Amino acid sequence: MNAHSVGTMPEITYNFAYLDEQTKRMIRRAILKAIAVPGYQVPFAAREMPMPYGWGTGGVQVTAAVLGPQDVLKVIDQGADDTTNAVAIRGFFEKTARVATTTSAVEATIIQTRHRVPETPLSENQILVYQVPIPEPLRFLEPRETETRQLHALAEYGLMHVKLYEDIARHGHIATTYAYPVEVAGRYVMDPSPIPKFDNPKLDDCPALQLFGAGREKRIYAIPPYTKVRSLDFEDHPFTVQRFAKPCALCAATGVYLDEVILDDKGGRMFVCSDTDYCNGRQAAGHRGEMAGEPPSSRPVRSAEPVSRDDGAPFSGDGPGLSRAMLSGMTIQGGDQP
Amino acid sequence: MTEHPLLIAEGLSKNYGARIGCRDVALEVYPGEVLAVVGESGSGKSTLLGLLSTELEPSAGRVSYRLRDGRLKDLSTLGAAEKRLLVRTDWGFVRQNPADGLRMAVSAGGNVGERLMAVGGRHYGNIRHEALDWLAKVEIAGDRIDDDPRAFSGGMRQRLQIARNLVTRPRLVFMDEPTGGLDVSVQARLLDLIRGLVAELGLAVIIVTHDLAVARLLSHRMVVMRHGRVIETGITDQVLDDPREPYTQLLVSSVLAA
Repeated sequence: MNAHSVGTMPEITYNFAYLDEQTKRMIRRAILKAIAVPGYQVPFAAREMPMPYGWGTGGVQVTAAVLGPQDVLKVIDQGADDTTNAVAIRGFFEKTARVATTTSAVEATIIQTRHRVPETPLSENQILVYQVPIPEPLRFLEPRETETRQLHALAEYGLMHVKLYEDIARHGHIATTYAYPVEVAGRYVMDPSPIPKFDNPKLDDCPALQLFGAGREKRIYAIPPYTKVRSLDFEDHPFTVQRFAKPCALCAATGVYLDEVILDDKGGRMFVCSDTDYCNGRQAAGHRGEMAGEPPSSRPVRSAEPVSRDDGAPFSGDGPGLSRAMLSGMTIQGGDQP
Repeated sequence: MTEHPLLIAEGLSKNYGARIGCRDVALEVYPGEVLAVVGESGSGKSTLLGLLSTELEPSAGRVSYRLRDGRLKDLSTLGAAEKRLLVRTDWGFVRQNPADGLRMAVSAGGNVGERLMAVGGRHYGNIRHEALDWLAKVEIAGDRIDDDPRAFSGGMRQRLQIARNLVTRPRLVFMDEPTGGLDVSVQARLLDLIRGLVAELGLAVIIVTHDLAVARLLSHRMVVMRHGRVIETGITDQVLDDPREPYTQLLVSSVLAA
């Protein structure tokens, strides 16, 4: 049926990119509609995929529908190219579509991502596909789907601000640090998937096409290239992103999103780029962070799920608690002296 | 006060299948007037309130409302967006069970501020200031602003519900048994409060109650319902002191004197 899959046939053959052509057609129609109405959640008939819900079934279906044989695919899982989800999905498309894969954000034409936007600026010939667990930004405020649809239709987004109000009332600042709601093209309020709010500004006026797929919830939505994306806030509590007190310990990058890595059980920790491709690129270019030259035994092992700072507070500020904690970590690293 | 009615109902009927919810009700509410709808359980009071507030679709008849610009508008011709705007700015709805009218998981301040944010309030400080102001008006201490309503007593919840509804300065408030389930001393304070606010803000109120004492205290006029029909209407004192219909006489005479 598909010319691209002809070649040396393995024993088990898949249609190009796993999904059958009718399904891809259906998904592409949903994608086109989503692009036509930026931020609007288009229902689609999500298929069962050979992976559990919550592992990126929505993103995989969107990727399968937009993937061509000439594409170069990169898969990001929490910023990393080498964690379970990224490796598995990359392997899936290598097998079912035989497309080239890469870890480079520059070479890739399609980037499927979970929870991060690459630090490297994207270009016009790239598509960013997000995996989305819960597409409805109003879900935890209004449980009824019929009602949330009404609210979207009438652009009644006061409720979203009630959530931000509650944040400020309880924490003194907007404590939502991931899945931070955005308004797309001055109309629909959208959940940008659980990316840190640090990445929200990258969505605005982005040259790449951004597609969002939610498999379990059966929704696709999109941000077309060069679209205005505004993070919701209050006039007297404007939107701000996380800031980090130290540069990346491996590549000395500043102004990037850092992961905390626990080094031992004595409070030792380090902060490294969440975007592994970006970090490796900088190290290859000769940038050295303060822990980059350590012997291998003390090099951190990146876990599949680095400790998330999505709950907010203690790591993103430049408070004294943070500096002390980091310093003690460094001391332990330096000499292992009591 | 103008002599033009704020809300007019004509020939309003609602059938639930073969059963009658309410039948051929006509009434008018004037600005600043409190109208009590009384009757026993099952007499169609709540159905009538649902019809007037457009929460229910009438089987026959219509409800017209005078918008802020002075036009009298048939509510069934309003679009969904217009209707919702009307409901959250010009109207209020105080429900018998505060859990139905409040967001129980949202703090008191958030509950009061929701309507402000819904109509475009985007300044946290101002919203909070207004919320504090309203909590004071309904006699809730300012330091409870960040507590959620689950931590409030029944009477406080009801007062919070009132603040939440009045914050956008509506012109018409629907109340469904607002004192139901409260003990008498709390009831008395709540009634005092409602009476004060109604007078101060010049609100029109349609209040449904089975408690004639509530009607006596609050309302200027009243409507007596039975079997889905309005059987008697008039000035509250007149109806209660000199009831014309046998059923109203029965109703009035069955009130226990304390």
